[in-house]
Amino acid sequence: MIEDHEGTFHQHDEFAHIPSDPALRAKTLESLLVEKGLLNPATVDAVIEQFEKEVGPHNGARVVARAWTDPDYRHRLLDDATQAVNELGLLGQQATDIVAVENSDSVHNIVVCTLCSCYPWALLGLPPAWYKSYPYRARVVREPRAVLSEMGVEIDDSTEVRVWDSTAEVRYLVIPQRPDGTDGLGEQALAALVSRDSMIGAAKL
Amino acid sequence: MDGIHDMGGLQGFGPVPYVDNDPPFHFSWEARVFGLTLAASVPAWMNLDHSRHSLERIPPDVYLSSGYFERWLYGAIMRQVEAGQITMAELAAGQSIDAPVANSEPVPPEAIDPYRYAPFRVEIEAQPRFKEGERVRTGNPQTGGHTRLPRYARNKQGEIYLHHGAHVLPDTHAHGRGECPTHLYTVKFTAQELWGPEASAQDHMFVDVWECHLENT
Repeated sequence: MIEDHEGTFHQHDEFAHIPSDPALRAKTLESLLVEKGLLNPATVDAVIEQFEKEVGPHNGARVVARAWTDPDYRHRLLDDATQAVNELGLLGQQATDIVAVENSDSVHNIVVCTLCSCYPWALLGLPPAWYKSYPYRARVVREPRAVLSEMGVEIDDSTEVRVWDSTAEVRYLVIPQRPDGTDGLGEQALAALVSRDSMIGAAKL
Repeated sequence: MDGIHDMGGLQGFGPVPYVDNDPPFHFSWEARVFGLTLAASVPAWMNLDHSRHSLERIPPDVYLSSGYFERWLYGAIMRQVEAGQITMAELAAGQSIDAPVANSEPVPPEAIDPYRYAPFRVEIEAQPRFKEGERVRTGNPQTGGHTRLPRYARNKQGEIYLHHGAHVLPDTHAHGRGECPTHLYTVKFTAQELWGPEASAQDHMFVDVWECHLENT
């Protein structure tokens, strides 16, 4: 008897569900490490959960909003950001070193890690893909104005651009300029306006 | 090492793939690789500097053609194999062949603190050699090993902008040769010193440099 074997892979979508090479490789490594007693998969879940939910740009935004509304805090932040960020209970005992740099009409700051992907995790969470991309790492130290312009940030000729390359365990936080027309807003409402990319220096508010 | 990872100033890459609100992970396997990199047990000498150097040792053609978390995955495999905790044969088989690693206790979920860094700041007796505002010239370290002085900032004149106290020296720490805490500074360079007279006369680049890579002008 001849059986009719219809193929089930008809849609592009069905092929897209076949795991990619790195997905399979990652799965192999993970299951091997678990089998070897080197990894608890629940710990992997915990790490992902923390970095997807708990640690993120809302931390940095709190710092920025406080600096906008409290001149003494702003002063302390620019003087010793590690200490000032700790005041908000954000970092804990064994934390990274933070330096805060402030944008103004005359200075625009932008942060990069040309050698890898160093980034203020504690304040901004994990970096976006473009921050870790080769074009960004290669170009922003050499032609920051061109890169900023491509990102939609126009810099006046008279404005100084400062590029901070994170080559040690010092992490840089950009304090963006407070948008016009926000005089009446409180700290929480202001924090909601502060985008992640503005605290890297890749966007204005 | 003068590797492909040292990208500052390289030309020919084209536009930055900038996307507003880009999420940290695009595929679930990327999140797993990130998580297992932080959660898997490795010997103590495989510190953060060592792990950065692992990624630098990925061959240039592989480095350039791999995505970010693929490189992390290579790094995780390199560290486990080099630590002798897994073998290539086991990776190929997809399962354990040798016995589990003796006395190994996987890191439990409650031990994870996203705000805790390995200590990198160390108090030392030696006074800092340079003061803020002082003119300095960077060195030109010729090493096949790890260093955090990027090529574009070598043998250049700049100015001490900030002093951060003494930090663990990646050049030795990455290779199991000790912490060698050394004064660390942020050095300010003019764009023209780094990129020539065509660069903007207004702009500056700031690079964190350890004292052993600095000299008086």
